[in-house]
Amino acid sequence: MSKYTEDDLREELETQEYEYGFYTDLDAETFPKGLNEDIIRAISAKKNEPEWMTDWRLDAFRIWEQMEEPEWANVNYPKPDFQAISYYSAPKKADPNKSLDDVDPELLEMYKKLGISIDEQKKLQGVAVDIVVDSVSVATTFKETLAEKGIIFMPISEAIQEYPELVKKYMGTVVPKTDNFYAALNSAVFTDGSFCYIPKGVKCPMELSTYFRINEGGTGQFERTLVVADESSYVSYLEGCTAPARDENQLHAAVVELIALDDAEIKYSTVQNWFPGDKDGKGGVFNFVTKRGICHTNSKISWTQVETGSAVTWKYPSCVLKGDNSVGEFYSIAVTNNYQQADTGTKMIHLGKNTKSTIISKGISAGKSQNSYRGLVQINGRAENARNFSQCDSLLMGNKCGAHTFPYIESKNKSAQIEHEATTSKIGEDQLFYCNQRGIDTEKAIALIVNGFSKEVLNKLPMEFAVEAQKLLEISLEGSVG
Amino acid sequence: MLKIENLHAGVEDKGILKGINLEVKAGEVHAIMGPNGSGKSTLSSVISGNEAFEVTDGDVILEDESVLELSPDERAHKGVFMSFQYPIEIPGVSTTNFIKTAINEKRKANGEEELPAKDMLKLIREKSALLEMDRKFLSRSLNEGFSGGEKKRNEIFQMAMLEPKLAILDETDSGLDIDALKIVANGVNKLRTKENAVIVITHYQRLLDYIVPDFVHVLHDGKIVKSGGKELALELEAKGYDWIK
Repeated sequence: MSKYTEDDLREELETQEYEYGFYTDLDAETFPKGLNEDIIRAISAKKNEPEWMTDWRLDAFRIWEQMEEPEWANVNYPKPDFQAISYYSAPKKADPNKSLDDVDPELLEMYKKLGISIDEQKKLQGVAVDIVVDSVSVATTFKETLAEKGIIFMPISEAIQEYPELVKKYMGTVVPKTDNFYAALNSAVFTDGSFCYIPKGVKCPMELSTYFRINEGGTGQFERTLVVADESSYVSYLEGCTAPARDENQLHAAVVELIALDDAEIKYSTVQNWFPGDKDGKGGVFNFVTKRGICHTNSKISWTQVETGSAVTWKYPSCVLKGDNSVGEFYSIAVTNNYQQADTGTKMIHLGKNTKSTIISKGISAGKSQNSYRGLVQINGRAENARNFSQCDSLLMGNKCGAHTFPYIESKNKSAQIEHEATTSKIGEDQLFYCNQRGIDTEKAIALIVNGFSKEVLNKLPMEFAVEAQKLLEISLEGSVG
Repeated sequence: MLKIENLHAGVEDKGILKGINLEVKAGEVHAIMGPNGSGKSTLSSVISGNEAFEVTDGDVILEDESVLELSPDERAHKGVFMSFQYPIEIPGVSTTNFIKTAINEKRKANGEEELPAKDMLKLIREKSALLEMDRKFLSRSLNEGFSGGEKKRNEIFQMAMLEPKLAILDETDSGLDIDALKIVANGVNKLRTKENAVIVITHYQRLLDYIVPDFVHVLHDGKIVKSGGKELALELEAKGYDWIK
């Protein structure tokens, strides 16, 4: 029979391998497992950090020791053993100060597999890339081009050395060490990440991009990103993530802080494709991330995320709308398949007058996965004329998955206008038959329907990212109707 | 072109079609009429390959080849088109994007290159003009928020774009006012050639004033109980379906 049924499709997709599941055999330097003050001092020493940084880390570690892992999220997973993780791993040959010719050829081969070319191609696309493998930045392109405009874009470990005043002034101001369990852990052990500073009045001429990759087994990745947009500046920042397919669960606990000073705008886009585990739910990355931005007067922060990976996702990119007339936006597509669990959403904290926020969340659940939207819209007493619009749409595929919505609204100002819309739909047999009848096979039909469902968010992504995201959606999901 | 032999089909254990025999030659228009529940829509679903129905006996032969083992999309690639009685909404997917995908999938299946964007746009302009469509509909989500008449017109627009060998119009007249009916019928007539064939499924004679059939068949309880020329439709209209029961 030439008939290609949904069962065939499902089977094909279940057995389909995670495209980024390769492991590159790099000569790596990895710290012994476990976490204590000595390890933290060793990380700090390895990074050649000034004393204030070492103290900052130790302080965070002591705070973390007093904290408990949060359990309020709608996810179930074996609690990681924090003493069984190695907190520092670095490809030995990586040195950001050397030219590309000096880079380990295996590392370059890995970039090629990831579809990253750190060469003229990127120049044509106008994207500057910082690549973080395991715990260290291994290459930052276009540093010089950016420097002409006074833009600083470099690994955060270098920024701590070169621009200690800037880092000291802003780090931990949006996500304090005490914020939550994972943020405290990150503050103690973060090993790299990117730092970006856009000076007053400068529009960053290219997209800035960080690519994260966990390579080594038995390690965690704790990167820290700090983006500061000074008055009247603009920057668009992209972030991508992959990891090898492994049986064990790997921990990723990042912190991202955005600071938009008066009249500045930051657009932050993420395509998260950490290994989601296999079809039986074995392995996969635990992704516990704290992302938050603060908006000063007339400024704007826009988060766009496409979340297709990770076994467990716990992530709420948020905006603190401190300045009057500031704007916060959150556009999200979260896809879960097989045994993936995602609890993701945003917090919009309205403090200033005439502040506006928009939340568009698209959750797509397939297989036996659970997909939750959790969001908070908080209007402070002084936030006159604050406005929020939230829209949460869920698309279900099959009968074994779940979609959940937990919207919290707190308003202490009578002038606030808050709107919340939510829909839940299922890809119907009738929709598929209609497409089939027009000559569009089931696989393609699902991609078409899902892209239609996600369009409002996909449209917010920068062009080359949108194409990648669309492809990812097709890979992650086409599967599970029935 | 199409040969239906002793076709039995139904849902689960319930038989709906109980031995249909029908031959449609290229260039012909056949009308299938019948009261509600006689099996008209089941017949169109089975021809187009809807897996909700099970064929228990007989065969459907398109151009000397049985299509029963083919999936709906494979049948579409061979030139089968069905205009839906209730067209489906697909949010976020524009009519243009949808039809572009459909045309290129069909071309791909038949070993042809994708249609260049320039030619696609030209074709869209030409066919939407044929159906006197407001082109703003083409950029809207497929069938979402369309009126009944707009949906039907959109179906025939897609038919015009895909140029099928065999078009089945399932109750295309329902939900159309008289002006829209004329435009749709006019569109179908302009698409008729010596090489293609049309099956018009309808409850009423009205549509057949505009799309004049070569043959009329009356379906009752899953069987064709009477066949004739176009005057049969008029006779039915005058005497009512009780006449053939």
